[in-house]
Amino acid sequence: MIATIAMRELRGMFLSPLAWAIFVVVQVILAFMFLSNIEQYLILQPQLLAIDNAPGVTELIVGRLFGSAAIVLLLVVPLLTMRLISEERRNRTLSLLFSAPISMTEIVLGKYLGALAFVGLLLALIALMPLSLFAVANLDVGILLSSLLGLGLLLAGFIAVGLFMSTLTQYPAVASVTTFGVLLLFWLLDWSGAGSSENGNVLAYLSSLRHYEPFLRGVFDSADAVYHVLFIATFLLLSIHRLDVDRLRG
Amino acid sequence: MRAAIESHVLTAAIDKPAAPAFNCAPCTHLPRKSTVPFMASETLVEVRGLSRFYGDVQAINNISFDICQGDVLGFLGPNGAGKTTTMQIISGNLAPSEGSVTIAGHDLLEEPRAAKAAIGYLPEQPPIYRELTVDEYLDYCAALNRIPRTQRKTARETAKEKCGLHGVGRRLIGNLSKGYRQRVGLAQAIIHLPPVVILDEPTIGLDPIQIREIRHLIRSLGKDHGVILSTHILPEVQASCNRVQIINQGSLVLNDSIDGLSRHMKSTSLFVAFRQRPELALLEQLKGVKAAHHNGENRVQIVHELEADPTEEVIKLAAEKQWGLYEIKPQTVSLEEIFVELTTEEPPPEETEA
Repeated sequence: MIATIAMRELRGMFLSPLAWAIFVVVQVILAFMFLSNIEQYLILQPQLLAIDNAPGVTELIVGRLFGSAAIVLLLVVPLLTMRLISEERRNRTLSLLFSAPISMTEIVLGKYLGALAFVGLLLALIALMPLSLFAVANLDVGILLSSLLGLGLLLAGFIAVGLFMSTLTQYPAVASVTTFGVLLLFWLLDWSGAGSSENGNVLAYLSSLRHYEPFLRGVFDSADAVYHVLFIATFLLLSIHRLDVDRLRG
Repeated sequence: MRAAIESHVLTAAIDKPAAPAFNCAPCTHLPRKSTVPFMASETLVEVRGLSRFYGDVQAINNISFDICQGDVLGFLGPNGAGKTTTMQIISGNLAPSEGSVTIAGHDLLEEPRAAKAAIGYLPEQPPIYRELTVDEYLDYCAALNRIPRTQRKTARETAKEKCGLHGVGRRLIGNLSKGYRQRVGLAQAIIHLPPVVILDEPTIGLDPIQIREIRHLIRSLGKDHGVILSTHILPEVQASCNRVQIINQGSLVLNDSIDGLSRHMKSTSLFVAFRQRPELALLEQLKGVKAAHHNGENRVQIVHELEADPTEEVIKLAAEKQWGLYEIKPQTVSLEEIFVELTTEEPPPEETEA
């Protein structure tokens, strides 16, 4: 049942030009960043050779690419998730799901996995860029995999936030703006207490940036992974709760 | 409350067991259309003491009723009476503030999955995805209703057949006319052959031919399913339903079979027109006649007892006296009049007082 809703969601995205537009835009921007990263690396290469323990090609190119990909997708994911529930509510198609023998949890998970599958495809396309470097350079596979995992977890969290915001309103635009606001806030929480002590404060600890960066350096800390999983679970539970309240309040 | 109703419409109703007792407990007493094969009638929906508040506003107040197999229940009411709220609660889209709904033996709140499997719901606005084709959409609905993959095609084709959707299977729903979209919505509601079908104003916005087709479809649905149909169009109820409920300001004010209702609609007065001026005194002496009034030039209104219809005697008398009777008709009370009387606060004007 979850799979049915997820498939419908995924196919629905490809029926609208939005999905294709997002693919193109993300791919063009990231390709440009990727190429300029390579160009800079080639300029810097002679100097790097002189330094001991200099950062390698993977960190300089792949790490920077995934760092910028996170920012670009922070702008793009709200556009993908905004319609999930709000459009159904607006077109009054939600009652089709509500009067079918399926639970709210199945509806929310189906929608979530549908969007996740789409972003998975996007991620696969992004991953093709560093993979192409294998032809000319020796990449650190560990860093590449941990970067991919980190970006995957980060995006899964973005989608969970977007889904929740979409359950709150019947206007996709409102869902999009609020999702963007929340994601940006979580990203910027890192600034909190910056400069005072070494580790910052609790707020800074909640920042999604702080739990993403280690992945790009090839550091897999299970605490970071748990942070993302909890982040996702929180917003999914909130979405389920919100749909239940919908029925109670009308 | 309204003196006019007491005197006229509901005097008969009050003696009837079905009418004022809104909890129509056993379903066996309900008259069934002859087209419906008689079966051990099974209560499909039991609604008990349903209330719903939106903040401080009470949309429906302590509603109870039953629907049995073979029933086509017309749910009538003016705008804002609580029809849609009731439908949304029965279909599981809205939680009741108080009361319970049991569908095919399953409580809607305790076992929502089993209860929802037994209903098909067509909301006021059909829940369709404009970007899908009819076939894709119906397949999706079949999957949502847990029809096994191998049977989906058959289920889809049967639903299309019933709703007259031949030849549009591959068209985008967004490109269909409103009537066809309504049919797609209806096909969605019956694709899993639910025992209960809930239709919220199914003929709204359709042209007269489409309305007739949809009504025909609803009547044929009534053979195998229990159907609840909300509407504010009165002829629709007379055309499609075998039971009628009138809801006003959140409360049920009438719950009866159409046959019972048409008995109430029998009149207690006759309009007679003569060529010559008749003698009222003679008419008043006839058996069962309570009063006779002039009602325009050579026209008489005769008020009689409910049980004794003096039509034959009037004709005989008129023939003897050679008054030249050329028109005689019982005053009929339409469903509309009953509806208006039950749903307006002030007693309606003169005519019903009669």
